[in-house]
Amino acid sequence: MLSRTADCLYWMARYTERAENTARMLDVNHQTSLLPQPAEFLEQSWKKLLTISKLEEAFLSKYDVINRENVLDFMIYETSNPSSIVSCLFAARENARVIRGKITSEVWETQNTTWLELQRILEARHQADPSRLLEWVKHRCHLFRGVLYGTMLKNEAFYFINVGTLLERADNTARILETKYEDPASLKVLSKNASGGEGTDGKFFDFYHWAALLRSVSAFEIYRQIYSDQVIPKQVAKLLIFNKQMPRSLVCCINELIPLISEVKNQQSKEIERLLGKLKASLDYSDIDEVFEQGLEEFIEGFLKRINHVADEFSSAYLIPLAVA
Amino acid sequence: MKLPFDEMLDAAGKARPHYQIFHNWLKQQSDTLMGLKRAEADLIFRRVGITFAVYGDDLGSERTIPFDQVPRIFTAKEWEQLEAGLRQRVKALNRFIYDVYHDEEIIKAGIVPAEQIYNNAQYRPEMRNVSVPRDIYAQIAGIDIVRAGEGEFYVLEDNLRVPSGVSYMVEDRKMMMRLFPDLFQKYRIAPVEHYPDLLLECLKSVKPDDVKKPNVVLMTPGMYNSAYFEHSYLAQQMGVELVEGKDLFVKNEQVFMRTTQGPERVDVIYRRVDDDFLDPLAFRSDSTLGVAGLLSAHRAGNVTLANAIGTGIADDKSIYPYVPEMIEFYLGEKPILNNVPTFQCRKTDDLAYTLANLDQLVVKLTHGAGGYGMLVGPASTKAEIEEFRTHLIANPDKYIAQPTLALSTCPTFVESGVAPRHIDLRPFVLSGKTIKMVPGGLTRVALKEGSLVVNSSQGGGTKDTWVLEE
Repeated sequence: MLSRTADCLYWMARYTERAENTARMLDVNHQTSLLPQPAEFLEQSWKKLLTISKLEEAFLSKYDVINRENVLDFMIYETSNPSSIVSCLFAARENARVIRGKITSEVWETQNTTWLELQRILEARHQADPSRLLEWVKHRCHLFRGVLYGTMLKNEAFYFINVGTLLERADNTARILETKYEDPASLKVLSKNASGGEGTDGKFFDFYHWAALLRSVSAFEIYRQIYSDQVIPKQVAKLLIFNKQMPRSLVCCINELIPLISEVKNQQSKEIERLLGKLKASLDYSDIDEVFEQGLEEFIEGFLKRINHVADEFSSAYLIPLAVA
Repeated sequence: MKLPFDEMLDAAGKARPHYQIFHNWLKQQSDTLMGLKRAEADLIFRRVGITFAVYGDDLGSERTIPFDQVPRIFTAKEWEQLEAGLRQRVKALNRFIYDVYHDEEIIKAGIVPAEQIYNNAQYRPEMRNVSVPRDIYAQIAGIDIVRAGEGEFYVLEDNLRVPSGVSYMVEDRKMMMRLFPDLFQKYRIAPVEHYPDLLLECLKSVKPDDVKKPNVVLMTPGMYNSAYFEHSYLAQQMGVELVEGKDLFVKNEQVFMRTTQGPERVDVIYRRVDDDFLDPLAFRSDSTLGVAGLLSAHRAGNVTLANAIGTGIADDKSIYPYVPEMIEFYLGEKPILNNVPTFQCRKTDDLAYTLANLDQLVVKLTHGAGGYGMLVGPASTKAEIEEFRTHLIANPDKYIAQPTLALSTCPTFVESGVAPRHIDLRPFVLSGKTIKMVPGGLTRVALKEGSLVVNSSQGGGTKDTWVLEE
């Protein structure tokens, strides 16, 4: 397969996955922002959403205030923001268009129809209900995946698409966990509320805070099912990092990546296999207590560094054309 | 003025025999239904992405080429005549290209003046004495044909560089079958969907001699090219890689593509990139679409380019007037298809005649394409004619003139209902081991009333083209 084709398949998948994860985060934030809560906490939650994708600076060059309307506008529609849903869906479709001959016509038409429907949504964007729009984005991404699994040959093209999806997903889950957990400002708000004699309020925020995090990765019901317990932060982290059955957990993404790389083996893939093997081992022989001893933030930072290293190696082994042999 | 020949209706307004069934069928269809079908076609074309890019617009705005539901129908007999004429013409054109890059017999015989070859920007001295497989230069030819009357066909121009439109021929057929399956039970219509198979067979048959199983690729300028849909469509249908210049490199005069498993040898390139952009070392050095060293690999015979470099010398409008003589010279046959009588403005007499009759003539740039830079005398205002006159006098060598043909019309759905619109035909002729073509071609229609310009860049549409089986 042409390296450039592989590149387009990979990025089509990454952008689609990113659009979905952005929609998930926005949706959860949007839902929880409708609950009664202190204004500063509300602002913090929108701010976190920007820091998660390192977009605070770009946002502030466009808007004066961080509030729901502005952040939704920036994260859904703003074309100068490469992570906005519109930008992601556009990039996914452009990549698909280049290699439409390498995907089934069903996959292509799914991407193309998403884009065409989005045009109509954009025309009426001021009447658009954010929840419905975000729901639609998730549905389109689910559909993309379903059509992919239902129609594509299980060949190289399929593997490159899956590698893109899993690398993006691992990155996104880690980021979600990091910002929800380690933003000192929000922890301060939380602890102030908890210790300031407003026990019920503190609990209330705690619950919605963690429930929101779980919902953003479709894990709220899963959590209840697995732990049959209250929403406890440490257990939430455990689920999202270590649970092998949970499709968006870090460990699950890594476990699924390893066999894909061996399917597309070439002369340069050894290093990727080595990196992924090490990463898997370090997760397999660790547990949530060790992570908390080390500090969750440090752990996540380390994970992000390693998964991005894998992505870099992957792109130089397959996507950036190989040097003349 | 005499009304132009109408494909469906005779002078008395009655349907011609081969259109009879369709005509009756059409009368039974309501305007509402036809309107709905038209909207459905547009929707499908959009969803499937059969569109071309509109240059200069952001965020990928794209247009569909208007598709008209009234087919253009040929009888088996008409097609037989056309096909024989096309085969003959393309054969002679390939012989001509070989000749101008080798023995130059046609120049020595005094048929084509030497300066018409050597001073032509389309002549590629790099190709002198270079052998190409089977001596075929234009593997893919699109010959534009118009009809002026019963049995009266003219070749308007030969397209021997990178002719496009064949994907619309196939997609228009699929669309008609989808929208009106019942018509295909009423008529026996020769199929065209196997074109990609013929194309692949043709491309494989011109592989370099020493290659056993040729690796064929299709080379595109990229997704922002207006014909990108077609490039990607043909590559997919043939099951070959769609490559861009940056996917290829040349080493030791051999061409390779960069793949996820390392370099892979390429043997035949169906290129949809113009000569000028093919190789920055040989032609335009600012080209980012090409492959450095491609010409050297081509010259060494290690890769076949389809079409070969330098075919433009045979489809240039200044060479066009000589094609009938070429046919007699190389094949010893009488031309089956007519040329449109052409005045070469570089000749004093012809220029004088042209200047005196600008309001009657169609004047074209010899290197023009896509309907740009031309004057349609009868359809132009005095001011337009006068403006054109100054261009013509300043650079007579660049122009040719032809009488305004009464192009045939075909009933077409327009806003006011069904009305006659001018059409032409571009059949595609494949030259490999043998000459092959699918019956029919792409019918283009000028949607503006009275307009003779059918190019999609000028608002033209397309129709399905039927060749009836006996």
